[in-house]
Amino acid sequence: MSEVAQVGSLNLTTDVLVIGGGPAGTWAALTAAAKGVNVVLADKGYCGSSGATAPSGTGVWYVKPDEKLREEAKASRFLMGGQLAEHRWMDRVLDRTYENMNKLGVFGYPFPVDEQGNPHRRGLQGPEYMKLMRRLIKKAGVRILDHSPALELLADEHGVAGAAGVHKQSGKTWTVQAGSVVIATGGCAFLSKALGCNVLTGDGYLFAAEAGASLSGMEFSNAYAICPTFSSVTKTAFYSYASFYHEDGSIVEGASSKKGRSVLARHLLEGRQMFAKLDGAAEDLRPLLRVAQTNFFLPFDRLGIDPFTQAFPVTLRFEGTVRGTGGIHITNESCGTAVPGLYAAGDAATRELICGGFTGGGSHNAAWAMSSGSFAGEGAAAYTQSLGQYAARRSPVGCSSSTLIRQEMRPGAAAKTEEYISAVQDEVKPYQLNLFRTEQGLTSSLNRLDGLWKEQRNREIQRSPEGVKAREAEAMTATARWMYHSALARTETRGMHKREDYQVTDNSQHHRLISGGLDKIWVKTEAVNKERVLL
Amino acid sequence: MIEFISATKCIECNQCVTVCPTNVFERVDDGIPVIARQSDCQTCFMCELYCPVDAIYVAPSPDGLTGVTEEELTNQGLLGGYREKVGWGKGRTSVASHDFHYKLSARSIF
Repeated sequence: MSEVAQVGSLNLTTDVLVIGGGPAGTWAALTAAAKGVNVVLADKGYCGSSGATAPSGTGVWYVKPDEKLREEAKASRFLMGGQLAEHRWMDRVLDRTYENMNKLGVFGYPFPVDEQGNPHRRGLQGPEYMKLMRRLIKKAGVRILDHSPALELLADEHGVAGAAGVHKQSGKTWTVQAGSVVIATGGCAFLSKALGCNVLTGDGYLFAAEAGASLSGMEFSNAYAICPTFSSVTKTAFYSYASFYHEDGSIVEGASSKKGRSVLARHLLEGRQMFAKLDGAAEDLRPLLRVAQTNFFLPFDRLGIDPFTQAFPVTLRFEGTVRGTGGIHITNESCGTAVPGLYAAGDAATRELICGGFTGGGSHNAAWAMSSGSFAGEGAAAYTQSLGQYAARRSPVGCSSSTLIRQEMRPGAAAKTEEYISAVQDEVKPYQLNLFRTEQGLTSSLNRLDGLWKEQRNREIQRSPEGVKAREAEAMTATARWMYHSALARTETRGMHKREDYQVTDNSQHHRLISGGLDKIWVKTEAVNKERVLL
Repeated sequence: MIEFISATKCIECNQCVTVCPTNVFERVDDGIPVIARQSDCQTCFMCELYCPVDAIYVAPSPDGLTGVTEEELTNQGLLGGYREKVGWGKGRTSVASHDFHYKLSARSIF
């Protein structure tokens, strides 16, 4: 712990601080503000363009409150997720998502209208959605700090009480003291340049762990998206219409978007380029697809390729926990954590509660972001209100595991950060380590990752934009260690977690894996809440 | 990756400096913004969408530059193409309200 909270160039005191300005963060801010508390939202980029949602289009798990439809919706990913989702949470999220999507219509989101004149609310266009969310939170009086990454949480013996960071464009530091904090920093895609994901470096996981919170489901962290080799656009849904080809034009047996991604990975591992063509989409469907996800077609249009008739080279781009389901462990219905005053929402939190160990990508994550954001916003507002007079009398200190300093870092520090980042990427990106997991591979990786952590946590890190990168490198290193320790502990195959040395699902491991710790990582099991058996 | 800001089109509104999530651009007094941290570009195309005069071009590949010129892109009609498809800009309708969304959802297999 740093000795005292650093005094920043910008010092604010507020009721609720939200870190992260994507869908979860903006819903948290909006919901907290509606409870009558003051809210500050800090985004490491620009609230409105930052994160995985803004540059994308996404489906939303929007299901009318009809018993049969709801049961089908809940069952859809339950088995694929290794039966780790919880009925009660799925109900809550479906209810809140339905409510919030209807609110978005009232707030001015331009949903399409069908022939009967009913709005169609099963999807959102990222740019439009996030522009609207920014407008709504500003109208609600939320103070937005753009380009303001956090460097650490602040806490006292009673719990979390704010955060400190730096404004990237001016280099000035900031401190926000708050009654409670919502972490909505997204997942961790390890700077793999998946669409919109380079701001998602696991910062919130590290902050939460430094404050004493734990993680859950970090073994479900090996999502890879099918992606053209010449593109950042990791939208996988349309590959349901794809056939996959070898260079000589012959079909790749067993390869498919849903169940055959491993087949693609094995060929790629052996150095064979894979090709895709969306030739399964009927001619009259193609214009519809072009409108539904404009960004999917952008790279093709720019290169003059027709993806419906011409084969193009594809790869699997790593998306880590962004489209995995692991994240900060949620311990109550307000998306609170084990640490008083600390809440988690969106991809920063575990999504096992609604999708188990199968990808939350697309509609489920979108639903989770707006629901968990709302739960956390309400919870954080109520917590701050419960503090009463005490809130103003706290003197919290910084929680960073590395010492944060004002002075410049040693010469060569920036280059060293780059080295750490690529060293971590070398452990988490390769299919042979992360997609096809083995005890031997995970153990040898962890040896190297533990060494990387030790080296980094002993560095002094400057409160500067350069220091932000150093903290990102630390966050990615810590994330990789929770991932692989959890993966090692789950000696079975379940959901997206695949062990080459344990290829079947073991009924005796139908539990969650909770992890935590920084210098020494621990993993323990926790029972899945069973109220009623589905199916 | 971000390729260029057109010096002939840019009106120095600095929207790109404001909205870039990874802070690639830098404001310049009495001039157009510069691409100060090109390697931080994550190829998310948000700067293009927010540029009111279609002065920015982001090439699809996140790794390395293509060297394409403004003249070539203008001839191919690619400058501002994404913003037009998304339906942002004066006199346009946001693609969010397009009826193809519900028509597709009635037929899609994903």
